[in-house]
Amino acid sequence: MFAIRKYCLFKVLIVGLLSLGFSTIALAKNHDPLKVAFVYVGPTGDAGWTYAHDEARKYMVEQLGEKVKTTYVENVAEGADAERVITELARAGNKLIFTTSFGYMNPTLKVAKKFPDVKFEHASGYKRSKNVGTYFDRVYQGRYLTGMVAGLMTKSNLLGYVGSFPIPEVIRGINAFTLGARAVNPKAEVKVVWVSSWYDPGKESEAANTMINMGVDVVTQHTDSPGPINAAEKKGVYAVGYHSDMAVYGPKAHLTATEHNWGPLYTAKAQAVLDGTWKSEDVWGGLSDNALDLAPYNKAVPKHVRAIVDQSKSLIAEGKLHPFVGPIKDQSGEIKVPKGQRMSDSEMLGMKWYVEGVQGKLPK
Amino acid sequence: MRIKLEARGQQSKLMSYASPILAALLTLICGAFLFWMLGKSPMQALHTFLIMPISDPYRIAELLVKAGPIVLCAMGLSICFRANIWNIGAEGQLLMGGLVGSCAALALLDSQGIWVLPLILVAGILGGMAWAAIPAFLKNYFNTNEILSTIMLNYISLNILLHGVHGPLKDPNGFNFPESALFSDWQTMPILLEGTRLHLGVSFALLAMVGVWVLMSKTFIGFQIKVLGGDERSAHFAGFKHKRLVWFCLLLCGGLAGLAGVGEVTGPIGQLVPNISPGYGYAAIIVAFLGRLHPLGILFAGLLMALLYMGGEMVQIHLDLPLAVTGVFQGMLLLFLLICDVLIGYRIIVHKSAPKIVKQSLSIEPPAVAIEGK
Amino acid sequence: MDIDFIANILFATIRMGTPLLIVAIGELVCEKSGVLNLGQEGMMLMGAVTGFMIAFHTDSLFIGFMGSVVAGALMALLFAVVTMHFYANQVATGLALTILGVGLSGFMGRSYVGEALTNIDFQIPLLSSIPFFGKVLFSHDVLVYISIGLAGAVYWFFKSTRAGLVVKAVGESPESAQSLGLSVLKVRYLAIVFGGAMAGLAGGYLSLIDTPLWAENMTAGRGWIALALVVFASWRVERVVFGAYLFGFMSIMHLVLQSFGLSVSSNLLATLPYVATVVVLVLLSRNQQRIKLFAPMSLGKSFHGAH
Repeated sequence: MFAIRKYCLFKVLIVGLLSLGFSTIALAKNHDPLKVAFVYVGPTGDAGWTYAHDEARKYMVEQLGEKVKTTYVENVAEGADAERVITELARAGNKLIFTTSFGYMNPTLKVAKKFPDVKFEHASGYKRSKNVGTYFDRVYQGRYLTGMVAGLMTKSNLLGYVGSFPIPEVIRGINAFTLGARAVNPKAEVKVVWVSSWYDPGKESEAANTMINMGVDVVTQHTDSPGPINAAEKKGVYAVGYHSDMAVYGPKAHLTATEHNWGPLYTAKAQAVLDGTWKSEDVWGGLSDNALDLAPYNKAVPKHVRAIVDQSKSLIAEGKLHPFVGPIKDQSGEIKVPKGQRMSDSEMLGMKWYVEGVQGKLPK
Repeated sequence: MRIKLEARGQQSKLMSYASPILAALLTLICGAFLFWMLGKSPMQALHTFLIMPISDPYRIAELLVKAGPIVLCAMGLSICFRANIWNIGAEGQLLMGGLVGSCAALALLDSQGIWVLPLILVAGILGGMAWAAIPAFLKNYFNTNEILSTIMLNYISLNILLHGVHGPLKDPNGFNFPESALFSDWQTMPILLEGTRLHLGVSFALLAMVGVWVLMSKTFIGFQIKVLGGDERSAHFAGFKHKRLVWFCLLLCGGLAGLAGVGEVTGPIGQLVPNISPGYGYAAIIVAFLGRLHPLGILFAGLLMALLYMGGEMVQIHLDLPLAVTGVFQGMLLLFLLICDVLIGYRIIVHKSAPKIVKQSLSIEPPAVAIEGK
Repeated sequence: MDIDFIANILFATIRMGTPLLIVAIGELVCEKSGVLNLGQEGMMLMGAVTGFMIAFHTDSLFIGFMGSVVAGALMALLFAVVTMHFYANQVATGLALTILGVGLSGFMGRSYVGEALTNIDFQIPLLSSIPFFGKVLFSHDVLVYISIGLAGAVYWFFKSTRAGLVVKAVGESPESAQSLGLSVLKVRYLAIVFGGAMAGLAGGYLSLIDTPLWAENMTAGRGWIALALVVFASWRVERVVFGAYLFGFMSIMHLVLQSFGLSVSSNLLATLPYVATVVVLVLLSRNQQRIKLFAPMSLGKSFHGAH
C-alpha cells in the first residue's frame, strides 16, 4: 500500500519541514522572549494540582516579565495525546517545556530526543536525559509538619487521610504525616481511605465524612479537590489542606496546609535557560529551597503548637531534622530504618509500606 | 410569515452532501464571532483550529493516529445501533482490549519473532469480545437492559485496569509507579511512515470500514440486523434468531473496540498506563451517529472529531485560548451538523401566512435519516 | 456497631443518592415522553456553575438554585429545539450537549475557581434532635426533602393524573397520541425542559450544598449514572428512588469497608456500586413482560408529525 517512492517523498518532506523549523528558530534574535510551555493533566480550574502549577506559571511571568512568554495546554491525557502535544509545543518554538504529571515521563523523553535544543522539565519522574531534567518538591517535609499540627490538635488521637491511589508519592505522604503526628503524640493513629480517583469532590468529602464518623477529628488528603476540608467544616472537626491554602473552603476547620511553591523553581529554571546555564538534573526541592511551605495557621492553633512546629520547620530547612530518620518501624513492628540512619532519596521514591501507626493494610 | 419543514418523501442525495458543508459554514460564521468576542483574529483562529492540524505530513499522521481508535469503535457501535442495541460500552470494551493485550504483551516480554504482535492483538480482541459478551449474555438470558449494563461495565473495566496497572502489571523496576514495563519492538506496531507515529493499527480502521460495509450491504446477516433494528416483531416473524444477532452485534463491536484498545497500548503509547483512552468509546457514539451509521460517513466523522481535538490543542498552543473555549466550539459544530442533516429528509417551505394545522399531514412517511428508519 | 454509626451510613447514603435521584427523576419524566437525552452531564455542570456564580454574588442559596434550574432548563430547551424541530438524532444531540456544557461551564466559571461560599446550614431545628431517626431523617439539607417530595409528586403524577397519562401516551405512541388531539410537541417540550431543570438543580446541589465550590467537571460522571438508574428502574419512580439510594449506599460501602481495615485493592472495591447495580437489575429484570409494561415504546425515536 505504501510504495517506496511515496514513502521517500514523505520522508524528504518531513526532514525538510523540520529543518525549516529549526532554521527559523536559529534565526530568531536574542532579545526575543524565552518561550516556556506547560503541559497540564487537569483543567486549570481544578482548584488543586493543576491550579497550583498554573499559579506558579503566573508567578514566573510576574518575576521575569518581558523576558518570557508562556503557553499552556490543559487536560492533556496521559496516553497517546501527550506525545503529540509536547511535540507541537516544541515545534511552536518553546525552548523550555514543563510536563507536570508523572504519566508524561516516557512521552517527554521521546520528544526530547527529537528536539535536542529544547529543554524539558518533568515533574515527579525518575528518568532523565541530556535535555530532560526532573523536579519535584519534598512534600513529605510539609506532611511531617502538618502531621505534628494534627497530632497536637487531635483529642481522639485518630487522624484521617483521604488517599487517591496507593502510589509511592502518596504512601510517602501518609507515612510522613504519621511520623510527624507520633513524634509529638505517640498515641496518634492514622486511618486511610482510598477514593480511587484524583478528583471527585463529592466522593472525597464522603470519604472524609466516613472517617469523621468513626472518630477521626483531623482529616487531611492527597486528592485534588477541597471536598474533605468542606466536610470537616460542616462536621465541626479540623482539616489539613494540600496543594494550596484551602482556608477559604473551611475557615474554622482548616488548620494549615502543605502548599506547593513551584513558582521560584519555575522562575529559576527559566532564568537558567536564559543565562545558558541550564543543565539536566534532578531537583527535589525542600523547605530549604522554598519549594514548598505551610499555609498560615488557623487562629485555633495555639501558640505552643505553633512554636513546636515552627521550630521543627526551621530544623528541617537547616537539614538538622529529617522526617524519615531511624528508628522507623513498619506496621508489623519490624525496624525498616535503623536508629540514626536517614532514608535515601531512592528508598523514599519507591516507598511501598506503611509505618507503625497507620491503621489498616496497604492494598496490594 | 412562517417557516415550515416539509418531508421530501425520499432522501435528497444532494443534501446528504450539502448539509455537512452548510453546517461547516454556519460553524465558521459563529466560530468567527466567538473568537472575535474573545479578542482574537477570527481568520487566524479558524485557521489554527481547522487548517493547522492538517498542514503537514506529521500532523496528518497524528490526525490518523487519533482518529483510528475512534473510528474502530464507531464502526462496531454502528452495527449495534442499527440493530437497536444500545451499546454505550465501547469505552469499557476498549479498555479491556488494552488490558488483556497488555497482559499478553507482558507475559511475552522476552519473546521475539513476528508472531508475537499478532498474538497480542488477538488477545486484545478477545478481551474486548469477552467484555461485550457480558451485556450480550445478560440481555439474552436475563432481559437486562444493555444501556445500564454497558455503562456500569465501563466503570468496572476502568477500575480493573487501574487495579492491574497499580498492582500486578506494574513495571518491577519502575519504583512502584503505575505503569507497566515498556513493550519491546516485537510487541509494538510497526510504523508505516518514518518520522511520524502512523502505525499499522490505523490501517485496521480502514479494514474495519470495508468489512462493515460488506457486512451491512452484501450479507444476509447484515440484512437481518437491519430488519431487527427496523422492527423487532417482523424480525421475529421472519424467523431470525434474535439472540444470535444480539451475540453477533455485541461481540463484533467488542472485538473492534478491543482492537482499538490493544492498538493504543502497542501503538502510540507502547506500554500499559492508567489512561489508555481519553474517552474514545464515548466520542465514538457521537461519531457513529454523525456518520449516519454509514461506514464511509463514520470515517469522515471520525476524522472530523480527531481534527476538533487537535484543533483544540492548536488554539491553546498558538493563541492562548483555554480548553473550555474549544469545548464550546466543538459542541457548536456538532449541533450544527446534526441540525443541518434535517435537510436531507425535509425541505424548507416559507409560508406567507400562518397556516392552520392540517391533520392529514400526519400520514407523512418518516424519513430515513432517523436511526429507526434504516 | 453502634446505632449512631448505622445512622451515619444511612445519612451518607442519602447524601450520595440525592443528586442522582434528582437527575434521574428528571430524566425519567423526559424518557417517559419518549425522549432520550444523554446530555445530563452538560446540563448538570451548567446548573452547577450558574448556581454557584449567582449564589456567590447574591449570597442567596435560593436565588442560586433558581439560577441552576433555569440554566439546566435552557440547555434542555436547546436540546428540544434541535431534536424536535430539526429531527436530529437524540443520542448524538445529547452527547453534543454534554460536550457543549462541559466547555461552556468551564469557560463561564474560570474566575470563580478558588472561591467559596459561606456555609449556610439547613438543619431543621427541633426534629433533628430526636435520636437515630432525627439524624437519619431530619438533619439534612432541604434539597433532600425536595428530592423525595419530587419523587412522590412524579409518582402521583403518573399514577393518578390525566396529564401523567398524556405523557405516557406520547411516549408509547406519539402518532396515536396526536390523532387523539394531544400535542406531542408541547408535551415533549415540557418533559425535556423538566428533565433539564432537574439536572440543573442536581448540579446546584453539588456546587451549593454538597461541596460548596466550583471546579471544572465537578459532576465526575454522575450524569451517566443517573441515566443508567432510569433504565435500572425500568422507568418506575419507586425504583429510581431505590436505585439512587442503593448506588449511594454501595458508594459509601466502598469507603466504609476500607475504614474497617478491609485489605482489598481499593480499585476493585470501587467497582462495588456498579457491580451491585447490575446484579440487582439482573435479579429484577427476569420478568420481561413487566419491564415492557413500563418502558416507553417510542424512546429515542424522532417524531415527525405535523406541528
